[in-house]
Order: sequence, then C-alpha cells, then structure tokens
Amino acid sequence: MENLIALLIAAPLLGAAVLLCGGRRLDAVGHWLGTLLAGLSFVLGVVLFTDMLGKAAGQRAVTQHLFSWIPVAGFQADVTFRLDQLSMTFVLLITGVGSLIHLYSVGYMEHDERRRRFFGYLNLFLAAMLLLVLADNYLLLYVGWEGVGLASYLLIGFWQHKPSAATAAKKAFLVNRVGDMGLSIAIMLMFTTFGTFAFVPVLHSADSAGEGKLTAIGLMLLLAACGKSAQVPLQSWLGDAMEGPTPVSALIHAATMVTAGVYLIVRSGAIFNAAPDAQLVVTVVGAVTLLFGAIVGCAKDDIKKALAGSTMSQIGYMVLAAGLGPIGYIFAIMHLVTHGFFKAGLFLGAGSVMHGMNDEVDMRRYGGLRTYMPVTFVTFGLGYLAIIGFPGLSGFFSKDKIIEAAFAKGGAEGWILGGAALLGAAITAYYMTRVMIMTFFGEKRWQPDEQGNEPHPHESPGVMTIPMIVLAVGSVFAGGFFSIGDRFVHWLEPVTGHAEGNSPVSAMTVTVATLVLLVVGAGIAYAQYGRRPVLAVAPRGSLLTRAARRDLLQDDFNHVVLVRGGEHLTRSLVYVDHTLVDGVVNGTAASVGGLSGRLRRLQNGFARSYAVSMFGGAAVLVALTLLMRAV
Amino acid sequence: MNPVNYLYLAALLFTIGATGVLIRRNAIVVFMCIELMLNACNLAFVTFSRMHGNLDGQIIAFFTMVVAAAEVVVGLAIIVSLFRTRHSASVDDASLMKL
Repeated sequence: MENLIALLIAAPLLGAAVLLCGGRRLDAVGHWLGTLLAGLSFVLGVVLFTDMLGKAAGQRAVTQHLFSWIPVAGFQADVTFRLDQLSMTFVLLITGVGSLIHLYSVGYMEHDERRRRFFGYLNLFLAAMLLLVLADNYLLLYVGWEGVGLASYLLIGFWQHKPSAATAAKKAFLVNRVGDMGLSIAIMLMFTTFGTFAFVPVLHSADSAGEGKLTAIGLMLLLAACGKSAQVPLQSWLGDAMEGPTPVSALIHAATMVTAGVYLIVRSGAIFNAAPDAQLVVTVVGAVTLLFGAIVGCAKDDIKKALAGSTMSQIGYMVLAAGLGPIGYIFAIMHLVTHGFFKAGLFLGAGSVMHGMNDEVDMRRYGGLRTYMPVTFVTFGLGYLAIIGFPGLSGFFSKDKIIEAAFAKGGAEGWILGGAALLGAAITAYYMTRVMIMTFFGEKRWQPDEQGNEPHPHESPGVMTIPMIVLAVGSVFAGGFFSIGDRFVHWLEPVTGHAEGNSPVSAMTVTVATLVLLVVGAGIAYAQYGRRPVLAVAPRGSLLTRAARRDLLQDDFNHVVLVRGGEHLTRSLVYVDHTLVDGVVNGTAASVGGLSGRLRRLQNGFARSYAVSMFGGAAVLVALTLLMRAV
Repeated sequence: MNPVNYLYLAALLFTIGATGVLIRRNAIVVFMCIELMLNACNLAFVTFSRMHGNLDGQIIAFFTMVVAAAEVVVGLAIIVSLFRTRHSASVDDASLMKL
C-alpha cells in the first residue's frame, strides 16, 4: 500500500510535465487533463487514508524509500516519503481543495488563451506541495519548499504582460528567498548537530542537543515559516500576490504555500519544545501578525486584498497556536484545515463576483449583488459565518480552541497572547462583515468602466459554483465533525503529542467573550456600512486608516530600511572597493610602472656605459669584500 | 726582487686597460685594452703562483691564454663584419640595442 505514496506526487508532476511540454495540441483537453490528475491524486489520498484508518493509532506512519539521492560516506540523502497522520491531513487538504480549485479554474480561465499552461503550473504547485509534506527528511522537504516558491512565482506572475503582476511575482519570490535562507541554515545546523536531517532521528534526539543550538535552529525554521506563511516581518509579498488569477490566490491561501510554514513548525515540534525561547518568539510573531493582518484587512477596498489581510491574520492564529507547544499544535492544524475550506470558498466566491463584474475588484463598486448571484451569495455567506466563528460553524470550533490554548499558556504571556487572539476575533468579525455588506447588500453601485461597458452581474457557470458549494459544506461542518469526541485530537496525537493546558479562565468564559466580541465587531461594521450608504470614493480616513490602506507602511518600512539601507551599504562597499582596494592595486602598478620608466633610461645602448656599470659593480663588490674582511 | 712589485705592475696594466675600454671609441683599441687587462690578470696569477709556491696560478694563466686566443678570433670577426656593414669601427655607433 505504501508504494502508492510516490504516485500521489507523480500524478500532478506528470500533469505538469505533459501540459508544459505538450504544446498547443493539448489546448483543447489540457485543463481537463490537469483536473483529472489532481483528482486522481485525491483519490489515491483517500485510498491511503482508508488504509491508514484500518491500522492501530501507533502503527499508522508508513515510509516508502524510492532511491538514495546523495549516498556519500557520512552524508546520506534519501528520497524517502513518510506518510503519517500529519502528512495525511495535508495530503487530503492539498489534493481535495486543490482539485476543487482546478475544477473551478476550468470555468474561471475559460477565456484565457494560456489556460493549458495555467493548469500545468497548478499541477506543478500541487506536486511541489505534496513533496513538501510527504518528505521524510528536511533536505527533501527543502526541494518541495523551493518547488512551491517556483510555482507561486509562475502563477502570481501568470498575467506577466501586466507590469504589476510581474513585479508582484518577483517580490513574492525575493521575500521568500529570505525565508529560504533561514531553512537552509537550519538544515545545515541540524546536520552539524545531529549528523543527519531525517525527521525521525533528528526529532527523537532533539532533547540531547544544547538549548542554544536548538534555539538557533528553531529561530531559523521560524524565519523560513515567516517567508512562506507571510508572517511579520516577511509578510509584504502576500497582498501583492493578489495580482495572480483568483484561483491562484485561493490555492496559495487555502491549500498550499502559506500552510507550509505552519506545517514546518508543527513538524519540528520536538525542536521547539526543547527551545522555549524560540517558542516564545513564534507566539509573538503569530500574535503580531494576526493583529497586523486583521487591521490591514479592515482598510482595504479591494475585495481580494481584504481577504489577503484576513489570510495573514488567520495564519497568524495558526502560528500562535503552533508556538504554544503541545497544547496548541493540533489546534493549529485543525484551524489550518477549516481555514482551508472557508478561505478557499471565500476566494472562489470573490472570483465568482469578479467574473460577473468585468473583473472589478473595488468593493465600493459592488453592492446589492445577493439577488444577482444567489449561489455565490450563499456560499460566500457561509464562508463568512465560518471565518468569524459563528457558533456551530467550522471557524467557531477551531478558533475558539486556539484562544483557549493561548490563555492556557499561563502567566502574563498567556493573558497577552489570549487578549491579542480575542481582539483579533473581534477585528475579524468587523472586516468580514464589512466585506459581506459592501459586496452583497445595500444599493448597487457599479458603473460603466472606461470603455463604457456596463457590468451585467450574473451567476457563474456550474463548473465554478459546484466547487464553491462543496467548500461551503466543508466550511459549515468540518469544525463540528473534527470536534465531536475530540476526533481530530486523537487523530494527530501520535504524531504531534498533546497536552491539556491549565487555563486561568474557563472554556465557557472564553467562548462567551469571543461571541460578545464577535457581535461587537460585526455590529460596528453594520453601523458603519449597513446603516449608512457606502461612499463611491473612500473618505480620507484617520491616520490609522490611511496607514492600514498602505499595509501599515510595510512597503515604506522595507523601502526605507532595507532598500535604502542596502543601497547605502552597496554604495559604501563600492566606494571602499574603488578607493581602498583599487587604490592599492593601481598604486602598486603605477609605482612599478613609474620606477621602471626611470630605470629604462639606463638601457641606452652604449656598450661603454654598460662597461662602466660592470666596472663600478665589480669595484663595489671588491670594496665590500675588503671591508667585510677588515671588520 | 720583491714579487709584490709585479702585483703593482699588474694593477697598473689592468687600470690602463680598463681606462682604455671606458674612454676609447675605436673597437680595435678597445679590444687591445681588453687583451691588456687579460694579460695583467695573467701576470697577477703567475706572481701569486710564485708567492705561494704552487702551480695553480700558472695553470690558470694557460687557460686564460687559450680563452683569450679564442676570443680574439671571434671578436675580430665581429669587428670586421661590423666595419663592413657600417663603415665605422666606433663602438658608440653600434647603439641600437635600447628601448
């Protein structure tokens, strides 16, 4: 059975190869081929899942050794896959949501002449992400990690004729490189510390290494996670990545890419458990990001960018939970899965709205769309209720658990982290209600575009609505299904371990507080956008609003500190190079040249003057000899 | 007679030869001065041989004579061919070997 693991990756990889090399002949069927292979991977995942369910909880992890990649004495790099409960969860999420997004893209990209290539990239994305979660060692994981970076670059910049898309792709790639450096340094540190980078030996002997080293490894892994998962300080690429086609955003935000960082932290849990300082930094990064993303999401008028801020914030929740240690790992993954459902649903809904509105993204030009797009309205609405944590829906269960776990951290940290998580829940309710009201309620506000085309909002075709409906069902029921009888906890416990924290506040109090804040957040949004007409042009707003519109000045910060700083650094290095290094080299050459120019005059061609120097030299030698003897 | 006087004579001859090499332009005269220096050396060698009571100096004097004879052959040939091409025996005229 474990021989099927490689096929999981092989199917989308084959799709990518065929679609990208196949040429125009495949234009007619390429999209269906890509969807089929993604679906095949999902079916294989389900087969392996049922097989796994049949085994006892302790024996569920299986490995498949494919070949030795770099067999050198003292350095063994194998291509080995490991499928345990954690990888299985990701495999089902990636292939399941991924296949639905493939199906949706068939409709969404219908009028794009490069659709075949788009599906090739999508398949490549799935294959890279599957390699990432199925790798049995950090080096192979790194291959998948880079593959994800490549695929995201290709997809974000898919409409490369737009300079903004090309720039956004480059930005995503470069910011990710910073994180990738962290991962490569972490792997090197692991190799020098443990002599291997396979998960099992590294994680089992993590306790034996010094805490300082483990903290260093943990911080480098966190840097890597920050890059891929768009956490502060490497968050700046996520908003710009909205330049890609909307299904790409759904794929990046729900099933692949941003979840990789959370996976890395949870997978390396043993290292973080033994390095409390690194763990604390992880929680701080998570808490800061969840507020950062939420505030940015409040100010954006671009529906996709508002959702991007929301993703950043939700991933912040997951990273926060992953930083809490064994009391949080499982809830991080649970929120990741439920988030995968509702965020994919929300993005596909946003894509469906844009599809009906001539690719308009400004929510101030939407309004009243619920009667025009009933299916989109209902599925988006369910995703909305799930993300704000409406009781009974997915987000309610998973987010509530994270907030509880944050309080259970204990001490002042617990109160601060828990408070941040609660505040984030209120802001989430605010910005999502704002998106919902501006898009689907109120007066219709759309206008003809520059070419004078009046948008005619209409429901999207079935190939697009079916994935949205499936995802909406997942958004509604997944959380409850996981939570009944702590199913999800029991499922992941053998891999990540689990501990109950001692919360200073009861679970009931947290739930009530969350719900009160939810109502407050949603209420403020209703008062601002539901009771009053939405202005067609955004008002100037307060200082905070304007800062949030500019992504809380992240790009300005990067520009001033990193770009300018880098420019100054290179300029001073160039100056040193020109003056000091070149000065020494050129000075030596010039003095040698000048000296030899003068010495050259001695070579005058007259035999007698040579004779003088010979006689002179001989006389000096004789004189010196006599002098030395006298002394 | 004190053998040191021969050494004074050798030094005098050598100095005359060296001065001739340095100040005369005519290649034949320069050549003769070189011969003078060689013979001054021979005289010094023979004198030293006599002073030290062994034959080493005399043997070297013979070597010098042989080498000088060979040198005369080659040197005169060069001077003759130089005179044929340049119609001058001045050593300063042959000053092309310079930068």
